[in-house]
Amino acid sequence: MWKRDEAVKPTGGQPAVPTAPVTPPQSAGAAAAPQAVEPRRQQMERDVVNIGKSVVIKGELNGSEDLTIEGHVEGKIELKDHVLTIGPNGKIKAQVFAKAVIVLGEVNGNVTASEKVDIRDNGSVDGDIVSPRVAIAEGAHFRGSVDMQRKAGQPGQQAPGQKSTPQQVQNQNQNQPQAQNQPAVAR
Amino acid sequence: MAISDLFNRRRKDEADTAESSGAAEVVLPTKALPKFLTALSARSQPVLLDLGPVVGDNVTFFGEQLGCKIFVEDLYKDIERHARDGKLEEFPAFLAKRFPQATDSFDGILCWDVFDYLDKPSAQALASQMARILKPDGVLLAFFNASEPKPGPATYTRHVVAEPATLRHRSYPAARGKLRPILNRDIVRMFEPLRVAEQFLLKTNQREVLFRK
Repeated sequence: MWKRDEAVKPTGGQPAVPTAPVTPPQSAGAAAAPQAVEPRRQQMERDVVNIGKSVVIKGELNGSEDLTIEGHVEGKIELKDHVLTIGPNGKIKAQVFAKAVIVLGEVNGNVTASEKVDIRDNGSVDGDIVSPRVAIAEGAHFRGSVDMQRKAGQPGQQAPGQKSTPQQVQNQNQNQPQAQNQPAVAR
Repeated sequence: MAISDLFNRRRKDEADTAESSGAAEVVLPTKALPKFLTALSARSQPVLLDLGPVVGDNVTFFGEQLGCKIFVEDLYKDIERHARDGKLEEFPAFLAKRFPQATDSFDGILCWDVFDYLDKPSAQALASQMARILKPDGVLLAFFNASEPKPGPATYTRHVVAEPATLRHRSYPAARGKLRPILNRDIVRMFEPLRVAEQFLLKTNQREVLFRK
């Protein structure tokens, strides 16, 4: 699952990936509710992986679960169908591909998300964003381009909940009395 | 669909965000912005350049409602950096190289009031670059102060697109305030070969100019 080169340096005494707690076998008479909660909690912990702030990765990261990065990553990060969170201490110099990307740290590279990119307060992105939805908080830094993949005549690429494409807006404008490509007449 | 319909889709939490952020906010009318939006929406897959500070609401509006590809180049940050470093005399040369985009790249350019913070050489350098990178028949919107700047702490303004003819102005601290207003004839000359398509002088003494290439 993980492609790491020799530059990976896990923290001394601290695992980069938290291990799931071991649950002792329970007797048949044990209550069913705690047993149901425990496996679910383990499943949730297994589904989110954290990369600690002293971890440095150079290369390509691929995964099939949600990932939070607090360390340094250079190269490429690919998390199809999952959420990538760049924590406040995270510094990314990579091309990023994920279902959703939440930025609280720094990203230097292009970001492509199939659902949403969210740059939070104090988050920073220098690069191009391709995503149907983009949210940028007031205190965030962003420099680059935003492409929400709104292409005329291609409904499949519309943003979720979108009711009209630019082509439809343009067609509707063409039906208005004012002419196209001319300065609008003051009302 | 009228331009007003596009604004009705704004998310309801925008007002809550503004209130909770505590930023000083003034709601002011605009006459040139609806003209700019009309011209932009008439183009297929428009490419927009925004020279202002990044405003999430504007990115959402231009990206989702108008289907624009938006380039954000916060020139106010560059002014701030040069002002703090005491290197404003280098700003015209900086502007001449600031925009690597090819000629005729953008369908629309939003300058907001950045020219109010520039001296004449810097303003000329920026206007020349904007004229170069604007596409033929593209539109550029710029605001100019028509009166001397008021005394008080220096601020920049985030212009947030709100209603069809309304902008929310959110002020934030600046290292240097607005400079003396540029004369109208100098504005026209500065932007050649762009021509003035629409011009409005508002009650706030702000001149809104829509240029077309």
